[in-house]
Parts: sequence; structure tokens; C-alpha cells
Amino acid sequence: MAAPTSTVDLAAALITAPVPIGHWLVILPVAHCITLGAVLLMLRNHPRLQAWLAISGLAMLALIDAALLAKVSAEGPLTMVMGRWLPPFGIAFTVDLLGALMAFTAALVALAAGIYALADIGESGRRYGFFPLLMLLMAGVSGAFLTGDVFNLYVWFEVLLISSFGLIILGSERQQIDGALKYAVLNLIATTLFLIGVGILYAAFGTLNMADIAARAKDLRGTAPLMTLASLFLLAFGMKAAAFPVNFWLPAAYHTPRIVVSALFAGLLTKVGIYALIRVMVMLLPVERQELSLVIALAAAATIVVGALGALAENDIRRLFGYVVISGIGNMLAGVALGGPGGGPGGGIDGVSGAVFYALHSMVLMTALYLAAGEIARRGGGFLLSELGGLYRQSGAFAALSLVLFLAACGLPPFSGFWPKVILVKASLDLGDWWLAAVILVGGFLTTIAFGRLFLLAYWRPAPVELMPSEARWRTGLPLAALTALTIGFGILPEQLLALSQSAAAGLADPAAYLHSVFPGDAR
Amino acid sequence: MEPLLAILVGLFFAAAIYLMLSKFTISIMLGIAILGNAVNLLLFTSGRLTRGVPPIIPAGLDALPAGTANPLPQALILTAIVISFSFLAFLLVLTYRAYQDLGTDDTSEMRAAEPDDRPLPPLGY
Repeated sequence: MAAPTSTVDLAAALITAPVPIGHWLVILPVAHCITLGAVLLMLRNHPRLQAWLAISGLAMLALIDAALLAKVSAEGPLTMVMGRWLPPFGIAFTVDLLGALMAFTAALVALAAGIYALADIGESGRRYGFFPLLMLLMAGVSGAFLTGDVFNLYVWFEVLLISSFGLIILGSERQQIDGALKYAVLNLIATTLFLIGVGILYAAFGTLNMADIAARAKDLRGTAPLMTLASLFLLAFGMKAAAFPVNFWLPAAYHTPRIVVSALFAGLLTKVGIYALIRVMVMLLPVERQELSLVIALAAAATIVVGALGALAENDIRRLFGYVVISGIGNMLAGVALGGPGGGPGGGIDGVSGAVFYALHSMVLMTALYLAAGEIARRGGGFLLSELGGLYRQSGAFAALSLVLFLAACGLPPFSGFWPKVILVKASLDLGDWWLAAVILVGGFLTTIAFGRLFLLAYWRPAPVELMPSEARWRTGLPLAALTALTIGFGILPEQLLALSQSAAAGLADPAAYLHSVFPGDAR
Repeated sequence: MEPLLAILVGLFFAAAIYLMLSKFTISIMLGIAILGNAVNLLLFTSGRLTRGVPPIIPAGLDALPAGTANPLPQALILTAIVISFSFLAFLLVLTYRAYQDLGTDDTSEMRAAEPDDRPLPPLGY
């Protein structure tokens, strides 16, 4: 075998011992989702039962992820190895603070979408397998957040990708088929690029365990083509996350599926790309990230501007929100470009923690925005800005709720979008990248104009035809209100989340605890 | 052996990219099929090619002897083949369905989701 000799005690790695009970929590979110997905598939002739089982299952998933987050934030990273074949042989699931935070937020978002789906997905959608696909999507998303192995990350990407294919064509309308074709082909090419990266990574390192790679990267820097690898990963994950210039699949596809599917995709899928980018660039290849930081920063700036301008030019609110998703991705990329701790004299305020905070905020907010778009269409009778009107007069409460979401998306205080933007702007000013700070602020300004016009036209403008009073329904109102409350909570009480995302970023920049969790007793 | 396979992988990639640049969906699908195989070959080559001993630990030893083949790339390829094959099957069905529904296999005419004449949002109040 050509792999470099390892300092791991190989004899000890072959001794199997039972896994401590607490560590099962690491794999439980994925196992739970796959099992429930299979059970739901068997219940396809019982749409009602299926829906309720799925929702209680998603609530269960949120509880599991909350327990995992509590355990990880108290005890540091946790590792479980399949079959107790210790690394670097076995496939490891390693959860650190970043993974646990993302997985927990994803579970909350999926729960909200599941409840909304009660109203949005009819019987035929359930028979076509909305709920099983939702569970399998969550299996893919959780797996991607929790795994500690690069090839496994690829496999979870594929799991969530194929579930998302099923979800995006739910309904089989012409538009959906067109959007799904573009979505499917471009995302498949992105994952294939990722797989190429994995192949070269294996050739260079002889291992696919993330902790092992992080530990070995500095020895191999002179000999292995690590810059090529970093660029490949940047392109692949950038495509997944819809960063400029590989973002065109997103506005082509995200407005076609059912609104709850759009909400799930906008909330989760692009963030998985950002998560993988943070994991690989910041933790595994930090020096290469530093070298590429100008490229990432330029891509980030272009993404912010393209997203904001696209949002300004859109008439369909779903497509408008799609561009807002893209612009948010630009902000997260800016955080990746700015890098880890030590960014500023203030200490602790750094780009990666801003990116993590922004990703968590964006997961909640984008889902809420698309759910709100569904409500707008139900109340106002369509998605087109040119035809909407009179929503404020119809329901002041819904208008207020939407305004909160819009302001949060623009990054205005006191809502959740404000703090990550403050962190990012401060980090870029500390590093002397004043132009990046300017782009982030201008992007926020342009988004504010887009949302201001949306509010003006859809809410304040008198309705062309008198709108029927439309009572709130708990199935759509409850998840929307819950996500909005979360947005307000993030904005008013940011300390907890700020501390968590800062220690997540610190854990990425100095992965000693992560390594120790995978290789206990190893001196590295 | 490795340089030969590397050249083959390069040829596969070139053919795949050429086909994927086409505007007809069926050529794109063929390109994706070739791309999948190119990546599998790349994974295979990346594990180093040895004509050595199968990776079985002989009786009485507790580690592999030197010069054994590396089983991991084959496991990786097996996974990747299954995944890319299922994706290709799905995409072919999707392409056929798109051809039926949209009446064209020319991607520049597939404008159902993004019509050419989309109106701008209202410019005045």
C-alpha cells in the first residue's frame, strides 16, 4: 500500500470494544431518519397516518439533535466509528460544535416545513412520497453535517441530492420538469467534481478521514498538489452553494416546486455546500484557503452583488427570494475568505464565526421567507409583484410578520441578519479589506430596496380586486410564526449563538480537540 | 501502467466535457455517463495500481505483508458506480419526460421555467 506510514498504533486499532452508550447519539439522527423514511414508504397508502408519523419523527429528530448539541458543547467533539474499527480504518462519524449546530438548526427547519406541508402537500403529493423523501433528505443533510470522512460526505451529498430530485418534481408540471432538469444536471456535475477532488485527495494522503487529513496536511504541503485540490473543492462546493459564477441553476429551479419544497431547499441545501466548504477549506486546508482568499473574496463580492441586483429585477417573489438566497451565500463566502481567529485586534471577531452565524440565520430565515411567499400567494392570489396588492389591509398581523422577515433578510437591527453582518464587516475592516465591507453593506442596501418595493407593492398598494378576508390557518401560521420568533430571538439575544459560533470557528481553526476525539491517546 | 491510465482518464474527461457542452440533452446525458466512468477510473488510479498479492492477512501474521493490493479504491468505486448509475437512470427518465412535455431536446428552447418575455416588476407605485 502506498499510503504514508502512520503513527497510529495499528495493532490497537484492530481490537474491538463496545461503543459507549452516549456515543450512539452521534449516529442516531441519520439512523432515525433512514428508518423512518423506510417505514413511511411502507405506509404510502395511509396519507394521514404518514403525515403525523413524519411530523412526530421530525420533532424527535430535533430533540435528538438538541441532545447532541448539548453533549457536544459540554464535552467537545464526539466520535463514533462504525463497527469499532478505529480510525484510520473505520468510517468515522465525528461531531463537533459546527456540525451539531447546523444539524440542530436543520432539524428545526425541517420540522417547520413538515407542519407547513400538512396544508401545502395534498394527497397525491403524499402518495408520490413527499414525507419519505423529506426524511431521506434529512438523513442526507444530517449525515453531511455529522460525518468525519470525506468519502462519506460525498455519499451523504448524493443521498440528499437524489431525495431532492424526487421532491423537486413532485407534481410533474412542465415548469417543474424544466427546472428539475437544470437543477439535476448541474448539481450532479458539482458532486462529480467533488468526487474528483476526493480521488485526488486519496491519492495524495492515502486516507479519507478528515482528522487524519488535517493532521497530515502540513507534512505533505511541499509534495502534494494541495492548491489544485483546494481549488477543485472550492469550485464543487461553490457550485453546490450557488456562488457566482456557478449560480444559475438556483433561480432556474427554486421557483418551480411546491412552496414547502422550495423552502426546504432554500433553507438547507445551499447551506450544506457552505458547510462543506468551511469544513474542507478552513479545517483541512487552512494554508490553501489563505492563498485562495482573494479569489474567494472576489467570488463572494460578485455573488452578493449579482444576488441583490437579481432580486431588484424580479417580478415573481419566489425568484426574488431565490436571488436573496444567492446574496446570502455571498455573505457566507465573504466570511470564509476572511478566515479564522486572530482576524482582528479585538480578538474573537472573525470571518468564519460570522459565516457560521450567517448560515444558521439564513437556514431559518430563507425557509421562513418561502413559507411566507406561500402565504402571500394564498392570500393575494399569485406570486407576481405586478398583480399583488392590499395584503396589509387584509391582515395587519401577517404584514407585520412579513416585515420582520424582510428586515431580517436585509440585515437591519434588531433582527437576526444584523449580527452576522456586523461580524463580517468588522472582520473585513480589521483585515483592511475595506472593499469587501463596502460590498457587504451595499448588498444589504440593495436588498433593502428590493424588499422595500416588495412591501410597498404587495402590502401597501390598494388591491386591484377587493381581497376576500382570509383567516389564518394554524398549519401554515404556526411554522411561520415559530420561525419568525426564532429570527427575532436570534436578533435580540445573540450572545449565546455568537459564543457558540465563535467556539465552532475556533474549533475549526485549531482542530486539536477534533483530532483528539478521533485518535484518543495519540500525541498529535 | 499509471501514466497510461492517466492519459485514458484525460481522454474520458475531454470527451465528457465536449459532450456536456452540447445543447442537446441526450448528448449531455452521454457526457455525464462518460464523466462518471472517467471519475471511477481516476479513483482507481489514485489508489496506485499493483499486481501484487490480494489484501488478505496470512495466518500467523497480524498485518498485511508488503506489496498487497489496496482494496479501498475498489470499495469507493463500487459505491460511486452504484450512485452514478442510479443518477444516470433517473436523468435519462427525466430527459425523456422533458422531451415529451416540453416538445424539444434543445436546452436553449427549454424555457418553461424561465420564459423569455418575463415582465419586469412594476416601476411605479
